[in-house]
Amino acid sequence: MSELHHMGLAELAAGLRARRFSSFELTETFLKRIEASQGALNAFISVTREAALAQAAAADRALAAGTGGALEGVPVAHKDLFCTKGVRTTCGSRMLDKFVSPYDATVVAKLKSAGAVMLGKTNMDEFAMGSSNETSYYGPVRNPWDPRLVPGGSSGGSAAAVAARLVPGATATDTGGSIRQPAALCGITGLKPTYGRVSRYGMVAFASSLDQGGVLTASAADAALMLREMAGFDPNDSTSVEREVPDYVAELDAPLAGLRVGLLQEFFDKGLEPGNEQRIRAALKVFESLGARLSEVSLPNLPLSVPVYYVVAPAECSSNLARFDGVRYGHRCEKPRDLTDLYRRTRGEGFGAEVKRRIMTGTYVLSAGYYDAYYLKAQRVRQLISADFTRAFTGVDVLMGPTTPTPAFPIGAKTSDPITMYLNDIYTIGANLAGLPAVSIPCGFVSELPVGLQIVGPHFSEARLLAAAHAFQRATDWHRRIPAGYA
Amino acid sequence: MALTREQIESIAALARLELTAEELPVYQDSLSRILEFVGALERADTASVTPMAHPLPGLSQRLRPDVVTEQDHHAEYQQNAPQVAAGLYLVPKVIE
Amino acid sequence: MSDWETVIGLEIHAQLATRSKIFSGSATAYGAPANSQANLVDLGYPGVLPVLNGAAVRMAVKLGLAINATIAPLSVFARKNYFYPDLPKGYQISQYELPIVAHGALDIVLDDGKVKRIGITRAHLEEDAGKSLHEGLPGVTGVDLNRAGTPLVEIVSEPDLRSAREAVAYMKKVHTLVRYLEICDGNMQEGSFRCDANVSVRHAGEHRFGTRAEIKNLNSFRFVERAINYEVARQIDVLEGGGKVVQETRLYDPDKGETRSMRSKEEANDYRYFPDPDLLPVAIDAALIESVRATLPELPDQKAARFVSQYALPGYDAQVLTASRELADYYEAVTRAAPADPKLAANWVMGELAAALNKESLEIGSSRMTAERLAGLLKRISDQTISGKLAKEVFEAMWSGGTEADAVITARGLRQITDSAAIERVIDEVMQKNPGQLAEYRAGKDKLFGFFVGQVMKATGGKANPAQLNELLKRKLGGSA
Repeated sequence: MSELHHMGLAELAAGLRARRFSSFELTETFLKRIEASQGALNAFISVTREAALAQAAAADRALAAGTGGALEGVPVAHKDLFCTKGVRTTCGSRMLDKFVSPYDATVVAKLKSAGAVMLGKTNMDEFAMGSSNETSYYGPVRNPWDPRLVPGGSSGGSAAAVAARLVPGATATDTGGSIRQPAALCGITGLKPTYGRVSRYGMVAFASSLDQGGVLTASAADAALMLREMAGFDPNDSTSVEREVPDYVAELDAPLAGLRVGLLQEFFDKGLEPGNEQRIRAALKVFESLGARLSEVSLPNLPLSVPVYYVVAPAECSSNLARFDGVRYGHRCEKPRDLTDLYRRTRGEGFGAEVKRRIMTGTYVLSAGYYDAYYLKAQRVRQLISADFTRAFTGVDVLMGPTTPTPAFPIGAKTSDPITMYLNDIYTIGANLAGLPAVSIPCGFVSELPVGLQIVGPHFSEARLLAAAHAFQRATDWHRRIPAGYA
Repeated sequence: MALTREQIESIAALARLELTAEELPVYQDSLSRILEFVGALERADTASVTPMAHPLPGLSQRLRPDVVTEQDHHAEYQQNAPQVAAGLYLVPKVIE
Repeated sequence: MSDWETVIGLEIHAQLATRSKIFSGSATAYGAPANSQANLVDLGYPGVLPVLNGAAVRMAVKLGLAINATIAPLSVFARKNYFYPDLPKGYQISQYELPIVAHGALDIVLDDGKVKRIGITRAHLEEDAGKSLHEGLPGVTGVDLNRAGTPLVEIVSEPDLRSAREAVAYMKKVHTLVRYLEICDGNMQEGSFRCDANVSVRHAGEHRFGTRAEIKNLNSFRFVERAINYEVARQIDVLEGGGKVVQETRLYDPDKGETRSMRSKEEANDYRYFPDPDLLPVAIDAALIESVRATLPELPDQKAARFVSQYALPGYDAQVLTASRELADYYEAVTRAAPADPKLAANWVMGELAAALNKESLEIGSSRMTAERLAGLLKRISDQTISGKLAKEVFEAMWSGGTEADAVITARGLRQITDSAAIERVIDEVMQKNPGQLAEYRAGKDKLFGFFVGQVMKATGGKANPAQLNELLKRKLGGSA
């Protein structure tokens, strides 16, 4: 029997059902791996050891009785952006350092009722703002492939945890690429669903029209299982879509032959590192050999997606983060002199630099005299970009290309100029603007660092994306590679 | 798009963020760069394009039935509050 | 120098009478212990989201139909961003560019009886903020968020009002209307109905508006009138002294009777409105509108017009009696039970009944006298059993004793004397007892007629039928023995 930590979600769920091992044993195994890795990776902010073991014991009882959900007894981790009842929820920020959430996010509740066992809350860029997990109040997360390098962000902790096999699956969130980009840099599978597919209730808001909760796992098959349990209409979220959730697992084996794949000209630009490009093109050849038909498409407005994002996302976040004021929860400054002092010092102390930068950018672009030129303009360009995608999808079924322009970069390398950091998201942001589902899967290595291939589909085409990814993963084994030291 | 010191101060005031004297020029520089960067949007021809408020088109707001579904949990919630007395959240005295 | 014209626009905030809040399932009942009706959504906790109460939408549509406004097929919620302790999210969910209701109007009756049409620019839905409590807390302000999230409809008038009196008439009309529609309880003490007044002055004949000041949170008709009058005088003073009116927000201090500039909310109020991404556009189709239209009651103006034609009442009476649905219903119940004289009924409802209610600060709904019992009294006036004057005594007895008119009349022997012979006998007695006055009257001092009336009334305990008494007295005093 292979080591427990080599098994994916689906395999573990089956093994638990068959009583080949217990959830308690499994949970203990992963907890030990987490604790051993914290110094090196810093992937977790909170590890909920006692609660996890108690949940595991309960799962074992359910499994013994033949009851329980599809993920009964399977350990997972939650990005610390999801509210977890009775458990510290920090969003990677000093502002919520001591905040214990009184409620569960819908995603957390759904996975709990599917039987999943929560091991802890993963590290992340502060309030999900970042592409390298370097803005966390709790210190950077390190890439398990090379600890001098970033794991990507903002879901760096979840990605590092899955890549290092500290947990078989983790929840994550994606506003401009925060699931897919870390998946690419860490050599794992990451899926951002269609906007409205997964409930945002309890997922602390960064940019409300872009945020979406999703999964980081070792394979598309695992992602299918976890997404199926997480997705679905939530009456508590007005932007949640009333649409049946397909059985993504059952649809994984849909044949690939005839899949029309569009290659975005705009993605194969001079920003893409040659090594990355080679790996992507090799992966595309694999798809061709599996029956996919490749063609070139152009989305002429796509290059404006980063500027659009850096107007819209900060605008929405400046408003979403106004609630952090030291009055009802969270950090409060010492001895406030008056109300204004309370607000200014609490927020000045509670938020890190990147968050403050985005709040100020957002405040500016919404302010009188600038709203039309910036915010409205950006939302109009967003409409153009979205229309580009819709047009493209009349001729192809999916779009493929690189997830990131480069592999993982050194910690500290891009922190001096915000624009340099923002350009990491150049290939991922478009899908958020248009609300489209997208997945990143590992497709090779450059200088021993993982490279990710992105597949984007029309609204609610998750089943097709996962099936395509699964077909690729049956024909290749990039997704099975584990970083040295964690095998 | 270079921002002046006054502009940064006024943005920080609107956003209720205290900036130290050292921080101010740093933010002035990065915000100016960001605004310069997003200024590229001007190039796009968006005459007669509607601003996109929601990524999924054609959806409208669901209406909830008028039913009370909540109970009083204020004691539990106020455990998170920095300063509470007699069930009230406290802030420094506000003079209107 | 008194060619100044006053221009006023009112923004009325009416709390909608829904059971739960506009964006959460918390209760809206008034007077609950602090923060016991504030859930995680109301408290603006991290991760929470708003979900729209359908009843609030229907109430707004109902209002729109009653003021003949356009109902927007798609309306949008927007965030109004500012920091204040009673605003948990740091923004208020309101409506900005696309409100649910626009371009309506309401007719008001001015003091001189003329009707004036007041335009209503828009009415939109928004959430109320919580309450800040300053008293009894040294050095701190306490925040109660029970009210945060209560649905409000903000009704914005055109700047069509030209005096404080017009403003009050308009505010009263809106107050009556929202209660007729049962969308708001109109309880101003509890804060269910509040008003901000935008006031400016200009020289008569000028087209442009002067700079306006906004007086916030006026919660009584009296305060609205006084505050506006003070503010108008203040602005005229400023302008005549060569100064400029500052565009600002002011508060009315009822103890001092003056308005003063507000401090805290003035700083940098750039609200940075943008469409709330957590809420989708509200679609209102013809089916919804028609289903709401079917619930419209007879509106105040319609009812007043009907009272004039059906009960032959003067316009003034109709206005007073239809000021509230409860009062109008009460009046109609009285006329149903005593149909002979609707004007008499109007006089009594507006007169004695209103006075009795006011004395004990009661609303018509808590009247100690049912419409049927009052009708019983009125019937005895109409059929001449008792005089109008004695009826007042009967009314008081009925009011405090909870008895029927007939019972009181019988118990106190108040039946009117209509027997001519009996009255004549009393007249004779009085004439005999007062020979001096009789002689003076017959000599031409006509005023003494009243003296004799008074004496006969005194002798009969007020029960002589006045009409008969007058006729008989005239005849007897006239000379014939």
